Amino acid sequence: MSTEKAIEVRGLRKSYGDLEAVRAIDFSVRRGEIFGLLGPNGAGKTTTVEILEGYRDRSDGEVRVLGHDPQQRSRDLRERVGIVLQSTGIYRHVTVREVLAHFAGLYPHPRDVDEVMELTGLGGKEDARTRTLSGGQLRRLDFALALVGDPELIFLDEPTTGFDPAARRGAWDTVRSLKALGKTVVLTTHYLDEAQALADRVAIIKDGRILVEGAPSELGAGTGAAYYRVSWRNGDGLLNQRETDDPTRLLHELTSDALARGQVLESLSVTRPTLEDVYLQLTADA
Amino acid sequence: MPESRSLGSPSFASLAWRQYRLERKMFWRNPSSAFFNFALPLLFLALFGAIFSSNQKNLDVIVPGIAGMSVLSTTFSALAYNMTFMREQGILKRMRGTPMPSGAYLLGIAGNAITNTALQIVLITCAGKVFFGVDWPKDVGELLVFVVLGVLCFASLGVALSHVIPNYESASAYVNAIFLPVIIISGVFYDANHAPRFLNGIAQALPLVHLIDGLSGAMVKGTGLSDHLSGLGVIVAWTVMGMFLAVRGFSWEQRRS
Ligand SMILES: Nc1ncnc2c1ncn2[C@@H]1O[C@H](COP(=O)(O)OP(=O)(O)O)[C@@H](O)[C@H]1O
Ligand SMILES: [Mg+2]
Repeated sequence: MSTEKAIEVRGLRKSYGDLEAVRAIDFSVRRGEIFGLLGPNGAGKTTTVEILEGYRDRSDGEVRVLGHDPQQRSRDLRERVGIVLQSTGIYRHVTVREVLAHFAGLYPHPRDVDEVMELTGLGGKEDARTRTLSGGQLRRLDFALALVGDPELIFLDEPTTGFDPAARRGAWDTVRSLKALGKTVVLTTHYLDEAQALADRVAIIKDGRILVEGAPSELGAGTGAAYYRVSWRNGDGLLNQRETDDPTRLLHELTSDALARGQVLESLSVTRPTLEDVYLQLTADA
Repeated sequence: MPESRSLGSPSFASLAWRQYRLERKMFWRNPSSAFFNFALPLLFLALFGAIFSSNQKNLDVIVPGIAGMSVLSTTFSALAYNMTFMREQGILKRMRGTPMPSGAYLLGIAGNAITNTALQIVLITCAGKVFFGVDWPKDVGELLVFVVLGVLCFASLGVALSHVIPNYESASAYVNAIFLPVIIISGVFYDANHAPRFLNGIAQALPLVHLIDGLSGAMVKGTGLSDHLSGLGVIVAWTVMGMFLAVRGFSWEQRRS
């Protein structure tokens, strides 16, 4: 497989007993990009990333992560990957600096511990025992622990769930700084705005299937959900909306009709669907 | 598992040592664990020493008995609690995502437990000598053999037990359901040979009574290793089973309930 790709997944399946959590998905992640897996709870995001991280064995399909099969759990791969799990604990009776120094010592070329604390917003908390940290601070420590080994590829499973808006912005900045360093990031989220703000490419996943995939700005067009929305107000102020694949024709009809009757189309607009429209439409329970 | 190291990766030994040092640091910082580990056996020793203080023969039973109990509590109980806690907290899972080899990690954790065993044995031996006039161990080599075997046996059984403990809240119920009956029937507090036949039969099938016998031989009676071959056999058999179950049932993650 090509070395341009950090991750390649083909026909990946995972069943838990009778439950098919992941049903033959394909995607790839280029080196240096931020790839978002966006989907509602239970969609199969965690299952997918934990297979890529080597925590779970797949039921079928092919998976390559930095040239390795993660199921083999090679040490080389673990030295090059940083992981933020959806939820996990940490040693209680140590300080932030001690635990980071411990983890740094597990890697061949760790980053500077102070620098990582600064980057993840833990500055000032160096000497706090981990058990005194708040939920948000613990999540930053998760980030810091994932970055301290200076990995090429970072997995973030719902990294900002439970954050207040300011903390989310901070985490987003951290993720962007990783991209600036040329790192590859795989991010799962059920927050649409997060995927939109961070990801170069997004795959929307639901019930174990990828429904669409592409750049957030392109996702509306191109795929099955292609349409334009035309809206305007009548003379009586009522809002009208029509969806069409051919806005040119619709606009021509509307405007010539209005002109013929000597009316004005108030607030006339033509919009393309946003990622939000696509997401809501795709993930709405049919 | 493949452990191909890239250039500059820390060695297995240095990683195990690093984990060991962290575990020691955390042990001393957790006041309750440090207290129970050292105060409890000494308290037992003081109480029974006071009760039997007029009777050297009983004291000679109590000191190796408490030493045996210490091996059990520092390895079996401590590891069953510790592994259950770390699994539930997700600490095991987090470590699994790092380059730390599993073997080095477990070695660091077991080394921590074994250090406590060693400290307690030394403490009990000294207290026995200083306060109760029990002689210094007759056969230090034999003492080492039994302590090492006892540690391997009960450490592996403790890890194995942690696999069946569903969560940390229930851990003390599981551990004590085994620990208490076993120390009572195995002659920690009296000579096991005076117990009812039926209980003695059960005790003889378990490893602790043989460990205490061996410790008693080494510390008090001066009987050589050759007098304890069948007891050693029982301990080794439990060790093999414990290791098998500890490795086979090992899970890095909390099972979903
Ligand atoms: N270890 C497991 N055993 C059984 N079912 C599981 C397990 N992990 C996840 N599932 C189920 O698989 C589906 C996908 O879960 P998950 O991958 O956690 O989704 P997401 O991360 O998108 O919320 C859910 O229905 C979940 O209940
Ligand atoms: Mg999830």
